[in-house]
Amino acid sequence: MTHTPKTPLLTREELDTLLGGAARAWLDEALAEAAHAAAHKDTAPADGYAVPPWELRYAAAGRHCGLEHADSVRALLLVEARAGLPALTRLYEQGTAAERRAVLLALPALDPGPAALPLVEDALRTNDTTLVTAAVGPYAAAHLPPHGWRHAVLKCLFTGVPVEAVDDLARRSRGDAELARMLADFASERIAAGRPVPAGLHHVLALTAPGPTAPTAPTEET
Amino acid sequence: MRIFDPHIHMTSRTTDDYRAMYDAGVRALVEPSFWLGQPRTSPASFFDYFDGLLGWEPFRAAQYGIAHHCTLALNPKEANDPRCTPVLDALPRYLVKDSVVAVGEIGYDSMTPAEDHALAAQLQLAADHGLPALVHTPHRDKLTGLRRTIDVVRESHLDPEAVLLDHLNETTVKDALDSGCWAGFSIYPDTKMDEDRMIAILKSHGTGKVLVNSAADWGKSDPLKTRRVADAMLAAGFTDDDVDQVLWRNPVAFYGQSGRLHLDAPAPRPLHEGNSILRGGE
Repeated sequence: MTHTPKTPLLTREELDTLLGGAARAWLDEALAEAAHAAAHKDTAPADGYAVPPWELRYAAAGRHCGLEHADSVRALLLVEARAGLPALTRLYEQGTAAERRAVLLALPALDPGPAALPLVEDALRTNDTTLVTAAVGPYAAAHLPPHGWRHAVLKCLFTGVPVEAVDDLARRSRGDAELARMLADFASERIAAGRPVPAGLHHVLALTAPGPTAPTAPTEET
Repeated sequence: MRIFDPHIHMTSRTTDDYRAMYDAGVRALVEPSFWLGQPRTSPASFFDYFDGLLGWEPFRAAQYGIAHHCTLALNPKEANDPRCTPVLDALPRYLVKDSVVAVGEIGYDSMTPAEDHALAAQLQLAADHGLPALVHTPHRDKLTGLRRTIDVVRESHLDPEAVLLDHLNETTVKDALDSGCWAGFSIYPDTKMDEDRMIAILKSHGTGKVLVNSAADWGKSDPLKTRRVADAMLAAGFTDDDVDQVLWRNPVAFYGQSGRLHLDAPAPRPLHEGNSILRGGE
C-alpha cells in the first residue's frame, strides 16, 4: 500500500533539530504571527477576501520547511494561533488537500469538542484517500457518532485505506453488532459479484466480537 | 521519452486519458484555470473550481503517475462579466498555494477595457507572488491582440522571461519571441496548430524558448498531441535532446521560476489501489 503512513506530528523541538537556519527563522516568524492572532479575536476579514498573515504562512509552510514537515508545521501554527472553529473551518474549506489534511491531523491537539465534526464528515465524503486516512484519527474515535463511525470504517475498506489507520478500532468495534452486519453484508456483496473481499474486513469483523475475548491489538493480515 | 504538457484541462478529461497520457510518456502537466464553456454567475463557483484544481485533480493525476500543477486566474472571457470580477480580490488567497505555478490563463478575448484591467491587475499579482504568467492570445484578431498583450507586459512589473504567450501560430511567433517571452503552441486536431506546421516553426525559429501543449479540454482536442509532436520532430530529423528540450526541459524551466514544481509524482499504483476513482467510491 502506498497510502500516507501514520507518521506522528513533530514537536517544535524536534523540528528545530531537522530544519536549516532559514527555515527555523521562517518558522519563528510564522509562530509569532500565529501567537499575535491568538491574542486577538478571530473576526472575518471586512471584505471577505483578505487573509490573516499567519494563514498565508499556513499555506506556504511546505515551501519553507520542506513538504515532509508541512503537516507538523501547520499543526503547530494551528495550536499557536489557538485556532477556533471559524479559523479551522476557513482553513479547511479554503485549503488544498494537504492543508485540509493538516487541519484534520491537528484536531486531537486542538480539542474543539464535537463542533469540528462537520470537517471530518466532509473528509469522509471525499474519495481522496489521504483525507479519508487523516479523518479516521483519534478525533473521530472520540467524537464520531456510531452511524458515521461505522460508515468511516466501511469507507476505508471501499477505498483501500488500511483499517490500521482507524484510531481506537478495537475499542469502538467491540460488541458492535451493527458494524458486524454491515461488514458481513459487504463481504456477501463482493462474493456475489466475484470480487475479492478487502483484506482488512475479516480483521475488523473479528474485532466486533463482544466482550473481553475480542483482540485488542491489530493482527497481521492473512 | 518524458513529456510535460504545459497546458491541458484535465477536469474535462477521463481516467482513460490519464492512462493513455502516461503510456505516451506524460509524467507532468499544468492545468490552467479557464472558461468552462458555460458562463459562471458568481465568484463562489470559481472558488469551487479552484479547490478542485488544488485538491481532487492532483489526487486523480497521481493515481496515474502524473504530477499535476495548476495556474489560477480570472480568464479573459469572464473578466467582462461584473458578476465574476470579485474573483480578482480573492486570488491572493489562492496564489500562495503549493501547486500553483503561475497566474493564468490571463490575456485578451475581445480586447475590452475590462480585459485590459484584468490583464494588468493579474500581471501585477504574478509579480507580487513571485509567479510567472500564462497568457492566452486571442482567437480573433490575433496579431493585434498579441502586440497589445506585449505592450501590457512591458508596462508591467513582470519580466518577459516570466511570461508564456500561448496559442501562437505562424503569424505571431516572431513578435512573441522578439519580446523576450516564452512561446507556447497548442496543437489541435483541426484548429490552432497541427504537428506538421509545428515542425516548420521549430525548424525556422529553433527550440530555445518554445513550448508545445495539447490544450485538451471539453472541445474537440487530443491529450496525446504532445507525443504526436515529439514523434513528428524525430521523424523530421530533430534529436532526442531537441525533443526533451521542447517537451520537458522548457516547460520545467518556465514553470520552475515559481519554485513550486515537484516532478516526482507518486509511482502509479496498481488498479486495485486506484479504486477510489471508480464509481461509487469503490
